Amino acid sequence: MAKFFAITIFVIAIVSAIPILRHTWWMAEDISTHGAPIDEQMSETMAEAGISFLASQFILGYFIWKFSNPKPGDKIKTFPGGAKAMVWAAFLLVGTEVLALGLFGVKAWANVYFTPPAANAVPVEVQAGQFAFYFRYPGSDGRFGPIHPDMISEANQNFYGLDTDHDADSKDDVVTAEMAVPVNREIHLIMHSKDVGHSFFVPELRVQQDFVPGMDLSVHFTATKIGRYEIVCTQLCGLGHYNMKAYLSVLSAEDFDAWMKKEKAMQ
Amino acid sequence: MATTVHEPPKIESQRDSSQSHGGFNGGGQGLVPGDGRLPAVKHYSPPPASTGIWVVLASITMTFAAFTSALIVRQGSALDWRHLRLPNILYVNTLVLFASSFALEMARRRIRVIAVGLKADSGKPSRWLYAALSLGLLFVIGQYIAWAQLRAQGLYLATNPNSSFFYVLTAVHALHVLGGLGGLLRVVRKIRNSTLRKSTLDATAYYWHFMDGLWVYLLVLLWMKL
Amino acid sequence: MHDTAHAHVGQHAAPTSFIRKHVFSLDHKVIGKQYYGLALAAVLIGMFLSWLMRLHLGWTNLAIPGLHLLTKNGAPGDVMTPEFYLQLMTMHATIMVFFVLTTAPFAAFGNYFLPIQVGAEDMPFPHFNMMSFWVTFVAFLVLMSSFFVSDGPTLGGWTQYAPLSAVGQVGGPGEGAGVVLWALSIAIFCVGQLLGSLNFITTTLDMRTRGMSLWRLPLSAWGWFITSVMGLTAFAVLMPACILLILDHVAGTSFFVPANTVINDQMQPHSGGSTLLWQHLFWFFGHPEVYIAIVPGMGIVSHVLITNMRKPMLSHRVLIYAMGALAVLSYMVYGHHMFVSGMNPVSSLVFSFPTLVITIPSTIVVLIWMGSLYGARLRINSASLFALGFISMFIAGGVSGFFLAQPSIDIMLHATYFVVGHFHLVMGVAAMFGIFAGTYFWFPKMYGRMMNETLGKIHFWCSFVGAYAIFMPFHYLGLAGNVRRYQAFAPEYMQHLIPLHKFITIAALFTGAAQLVFVYNLFVSRYKGEPAPDNPWQGTSLEWSTPTTPPPHNNFGDKLPVVYHDPFQYGVESSTGDYVMQTSPEKAGPHDEA
Repeated sequence: MAKFFAITIFVIAIVSAIPILRHTWWMAEDISTHGAPIDEQMSETMAEAGISFLASQFILGYFIWKFSNPKPGDKIKTFPGGAKAMVWAAFLLVGTEVLALGLFGVKAWANVYFTPPAANAVPVEVQAGQFAFYFRYPGSDGRFGPIHPDMISEANQNFYGLDTDHDADSKDDVVTAEMAVPVNREIHLIMHSKDVGHSFFVPELRVQQDFVPGMDLSVHFTATKIGRYEIVCTQLCGLGHYNMKAYLSVLSAEDFDAWMKKEKAMQ
Repeated sequence: MATTVHEPPKIESQRDSSQSHGGFNGGGQGLVPGDGRLPAVKHYSPPPASTGIWVVLASITMTFAAFTSALIVRQGSALDWRHLRLPNILYVNTLVLFASSFALEMARRRIRVIAVGLKADSGKPSRWLYAALSLGLLFVIGQYIAWAQLRAQGLYLATNPNSSFFYVLTAVHALHVLGGLGGLLRVVRKIRNSTLRKSTLDATAYYWHFMDGLWVYLLVLLWMKL
Repeated sequence: MHDTAHAHVGQHAAPTSFIRKHVFSLDHKVIGKQYYGLALAAVLIGMFLSWLMRLHLGWTNLAIPGLHLLTKNGAPGDVMTPEFYLQLMTMHATIMVFFVLTTAPFAAFGNYFLPIQVGAEDMPFPHFNMMSFWVTFVAFLVLMSSFFVSDGPTLGGWTQYAPLSAVGQVGGPGEGAGVVLWALSIAIFCVGQLLGSLNFITTTLDMRTRGMSLWRLPLSAWGWFITSVMGLTAFAVLMPACILLILDHVAGTSFFVPANTVINDQMQPHSGGSTLLWQHLFWFFGHPEVYIAIVPGMGIVSHVLITNMRKPMLSHRVLIYAMGALAVLSYMVYGHHMFVSGMNPVSSLVFSFPTLVITIPSTIVVLIWMGSLYGARLRINSASLFALGFISMFIAGGVSGFFLAQPSIDIMLHATYFVVGHFHLVMGVAAMFGIFAGTYFWFPKMYGRMMNETLGKIHFWCSFVGAYAIFMPFHYLGLAGNVRRYQAFAPEYMQHLIPLHKFITIAALFTGAAQLVFVYNLFVSRYKGEPAPDNPWQGTSLEWSTPTTPPPHNNFGDKLPVVYHDPFQYGVESSTGDYVMQTSPEKAGPHDEA
């Protein structure tokens, strides 16, 4: 029984590792400028966690194999190093491991969150609501008009609550249901929720950020590969949560301008 | 050390029987050596009520710490924080609560005098206890008057964050005070039946005094923040 | 300084009527069994709900015959609606976390065995103890009653993030009375656990018998003691949070709902609340709760392992210190649940560090277990198999913590199935294995009959392989960006993951069915099992020294035991074999630290 148990542990450990090693189901390809350190951090963590996992499962299995079903005369033995060895091992192995991961991780995190958006970043506002995203571009004046929550109306297609009759800044704002960004330009995304908590997740972009109702947050990123990607909501927001998504088109500069012109005409 | 009221302590006679059934609840830290010789170790650990009361106070402290941090975070989260003038009756209530604690302390002193057997049945502990009880009840009524005054000013639970916190904090405190009143009633009953333990009385008293401290803390918090 | 006063503590006469004996009992053993029964009922319901969810995730449009009986509008034509899926998910999580993982390893086994292991007749406050169970029972009923309100139970997940949970009916189905009942149930549950913690702490500190120093307590008792201290602080914070949530919901206050909230084109009558406040309060409780679920399991598994390895742990004290360190650190790490929640990014780094550091005590615990296995005379039985399985699961679930502790990687993994896989392995499956190990180990003492070993082993093999088959793929799904709490996989990039979901569903049905073997074993052994001897595993701690099996009403009969040794004197030569019981005055081996 014990040997069977040991073999089961070996098999499970190896089988679990195969899809990871073969990248059978893996992260989507990175299309951002800040994603490389995150991916690197991920691979390093995967290596260290994987080795810890395999090594400890194998040792566990081996010990079960070796020390079960003793013969009547067998005496117990104590591990040569005793508890002290274990404590040292934990501090040295795991301590250095987590310290290293922690320190490198700070760099990857700082890359994303501790740098201000560039001055020439393209401002885009995203508004999350049950269960759709809407995007807003400031138009030629570069300024977003104020939001009047009491004027928000799905029925009148006034998703943002803009008062285009009175607010000069609102007149040229472009509101869209799909997000388009020019490739290789930094985007400054301002995040606003009109109702409950939501989240903005584009796996390819290595961006995930919650919307906090009552508080506008911002993130910035640069997409480096033209294509069409999906934005999904990752914060439970109600029954339509699973279906709350939008498309992100990364376009060449010319295509982006053309797209913007078309959207403007539709306002 | 401790014993029931109205009953002279029988400490010495009890010790011998302590090995018999039930005598050792209360725990013992004295280690018995492996050779089986039972030394005459003095092993005393406090009766559970006197440990338990600190456990209770710790959890109440955590609860109010959570409320306090909620208040601070909420104050910083938006600009809708309005000034709220605390009703004056709160200061009167504070005095009432302190007076109640004082009465309980007087009662406790008398009970202790009886307990150590110096004086048999002198004084009337229950009179002071009743005083403590009624003053505690008066405090809760006073708090109710404070709520009624706020209501008269049009400040309801949901009117603004200040009034919300005022009602919530004072109400939760008042609930705890009511719980303390229940404890006092229990003490009164146990005195009647002569089954009061010193640890029970002490625990009730600590709880009651803690309510004073908690109230003063809340008053200062509300006064500073609202 | 002994006296009449606390000779009476915890003592009460044996009850005679049925009601006082089995229903409103003051006996910690009966209360422990009641908690176990509650946990058993809850886990069966929770598992059943997970089956329904898994079926839906594998085959979204599948009609599940009879599903409409569970809900008013959640299953037209027996096909689950999106909201009903989320409601089942929320109830599954709430039932499992609160009414199974908190009650079974901690309240059930702790109630039954802590007083016996310290050598007491009962807990010091038996009335509070009885209240603790019945209050918890009421909390369970309140939670279950939300299945019967018009729009069903809440769908906000067990984290119940505001403002969704606080805006009321307008937030969608399940956000009406369901949320209030949920918050009420949890607040009541907190009261029950606070009463329980009070008893556990005082039992450990004040009720120990002669010679029972703190260090002489067995590891399971230490697990319960440390957990009760955690419970005391954690539940005391969750309760006020629930009160504020209820007020926001029913009284229109604005603790958690900010101004300018627009739902269905309607401005909500709230102003200035802080949504992050709920998250802070919740996770301040929520993270210690994870350890509340797992630390008793660690204690139970250590106890079971030692007895079956026939040798003590490498160090009794290091293990206790490590469990204590876990408890302390668990309060400093809760922010790792909020890395991408909009909390200040600096705080994310601040919370990341202790989260990484907490792996050190966890590793110490694992290494001590494994190092102790070296040179053991290991017995393989159902209890020890589950204990060893616990270690394997704890490692598997623990290593994924490396990822989630780092904010930068969390950008990719937050709110994906990776997280779901992580916590199911480390606090779900591992804690369940601890419960199973404890059950197979202590059942003979609790009911006086042995459990069936063959059925126990079948149960183990199916559960062990099955749990890996279910939860390992969760990690792959998470890496591929599969978001959790989706009732169906609408985004295109998730389409290729659906076959994996089907595989998981089949594994879940299979593993769940294996649990029925356990339930069958439990009931059949209860009435028809072989009669158990007083000390079937040749254990040393006090529960094996009771005069009868199950123990009499006052646990030790006429005379409380006197303790002479550290708890685990194995691998010595003595008159009884290779062990010396704590109550035996015989000289023990070199491991007797005290």
